[in-house]
Amino acid sequence: MQIPNGLDGQGAERHGRDKPLLSVSGVSHYYGDRIGCRNVSFTLYPGEVLAIVGESGSGKTTLLNCISTRMEPTTGEVTYRFRDGSVKNLYRMGEAERRFLMRTDWGFVHQNPADGLRMTVSAGANVGERLMAVGERHYGRIRETATDWLTKVEIAADRIDDQPRAFSGGMRQRLQIARNLVTHPRLVFMDEPTGGLDVSVQARMLDLLRGLVADLGLAVIIVTHDLAVARLLSHRMMVMKDGEVIETGLTDQLLDDPQAAYTQLLVSSILQV
Amino acid sequence: MTLQDTGLAAYNFAYLDEQTKRMIRRAILKAIAIPGYQVPFASREMPMPYGWGTGGVQVTASIIGPEDVLKVIDQGSDDTTNAVSIRKFFEKTAGVETTTRTGEATVIQTRHRIPEAPLKEGQVLVYQVPIPEPLRFLEPRETETRKMHALEEYGLMHVKLYEDIARNGHIATTYAYPVKVEGRYVMDPSPTPKFDNPKMDNCAALQLFGAGREKRIYAIPPYTSVVSLDFEDHPFEVNRFEQPCALCGAEGVYLDEMILDDKGGRMFCCSDTDFCEERRGEAESVSASNGEIV
Repeated sequence: MQIPNGLDGQGAERHGRDKPLLSVSGVSHYYGDRIGCRNVSFTLYPGEVLAIVGESGSGKTTLLNCISTRMEPTTGEVTYRFRDGSVKNLYRMGEAERRFLMRTDWGFVHQNPADGLRMTVSAGANVGERLMAVGERHYGRIRETATDWLTKVEIAADRIDDQPRAFSGGMRQRLQIARNLVTHPRLVFMDEPTGGLDVSVQARMLDLLRGLVADLGLAVIIVTHDLAVARLLSHRMMVMKDGEVIETGLTDQLLDDPQAAYTQLLVSSILQV
Repeated sequence: MTLQDTGLAAYNFAYLDEQTKRMIRRAILKAIAIPGYQVPFASREMPMPYGWGTGGVQVTASIIGPEDVLKVIDQGSDDTTNAVSIRKFFEKTAGVETTTRTGEATVIQTRHRIPEAPLKEGQVLVYQVPIPEPLRFLEPRETETRKMHALEEYGLMHVKLYEDIARNGHIATTYAYPVKVEGRYVMDPSPTPKFDNPKMDNCAALQLFGAGREKRIYAIPPYTSVVSLDFEDHPFEVNRFEQPCALCGAEGVYLDEMILDDKGGRMFCCSDTDFCEERRGEAESVSASNGEIV
């Protein structure tokens, strides 16, 4: 079992590496009487990849939305450590500050690329939007950065003026990743980033993601129902069922020796080819 | 003959009832207090279709007084249908004096042009606006665009300009060119040609914008900074014309293309008819005083 860089050694001596980037404590979200997710707590360190797995309806996406400020939790706290070292409660910040954080220090990769892209503007503008949002006003530089990022996510540079509508599913997803990473975020949320892609495209996509995460030292919270994706990308895993976290641990440990009955079921359900 | 003599029910002064005018004036005051911010108002049905200047007419009706002198232009011209109808409307309902002379008017209602002659203090320019939201075609949700204005998130506006350059090699937006007012709100200057954008900056007159269908009023108070958005390496430029006006010879003014026949004949002349006529009048009187036969 190969573990991508992160937990051990590399870069740990860098400033603040030993302090948590994101702390979630006691987060619950209720939809009326129904539970979205209940009493979830965890911490995420810089450069760490955490996978949240579970079947559909287990509250994975609700939890992801709660910690990525897309939906306010009913109870609980989420704190984030900023680049300057200050730690702030996300839901005590003003909306302007929160949205600024969303488009600079954070990224969000949607399952459906159409939700995360502007389908009617060119690929270059999609990548450049975040740069322009933080005040870049030089067309040449924006275009240069966009070209650079398209190359990084294996999209031919001559497609820069095409609209994402003209892209395949896999290309759209890669474009979405480029659009999110252009401002060098420290934390990226991914909601089923490989869902809906066929297996060969999925494999290349995972390869790309793994490379980018390692190169950029990104912290990632990835929601997936695909244990293979979790195994390839993540250092740590959280298994959810009925809105609650039933098991957490290092990925290889958890997958090789599942403790909770449901996790055992989940692991044994993987189709062995 | 007054309206009462005709046996018809009389209009209130300037058509709108006083309560409506008060409501619109409150919106205008708020708009002036927050330059470039779109103030919602309870737009009324007017005796004209949406898109024919119902917003501008309501603003004009709310600010006009019996002493005012009204000028109405449509694409710079005083004598097109829209301009003539609105002028007559106020002649009938308010009994105010009307003019075609920019210099003599106190209130100028305009559709998509700013007069060439510089405006003075005390004058009010009322724009008719079809779509007040500059971000509309990029972000269809009103809730979202309002939030973007509130949080000053204007990156998207530059995405539009980026697209222009990527497709055409230069910023191809020639009208409704977005501006930033007083360093804060991004505003749609209504579909005026971008040629007129520099005239909005630090203008001595009060500029009011009324969008009837969209129910928004916004304003630029006198002497307010209005900056057209651009890129460092693709700066804002106004439209240029290769020849002067074919009628009055003016240069550096906005020209209309006139088709003269169906054999390709055409000419370019001032879009601001009053400006053109005044110049031609002056030229005639000069040549007359020189003893030439005109």
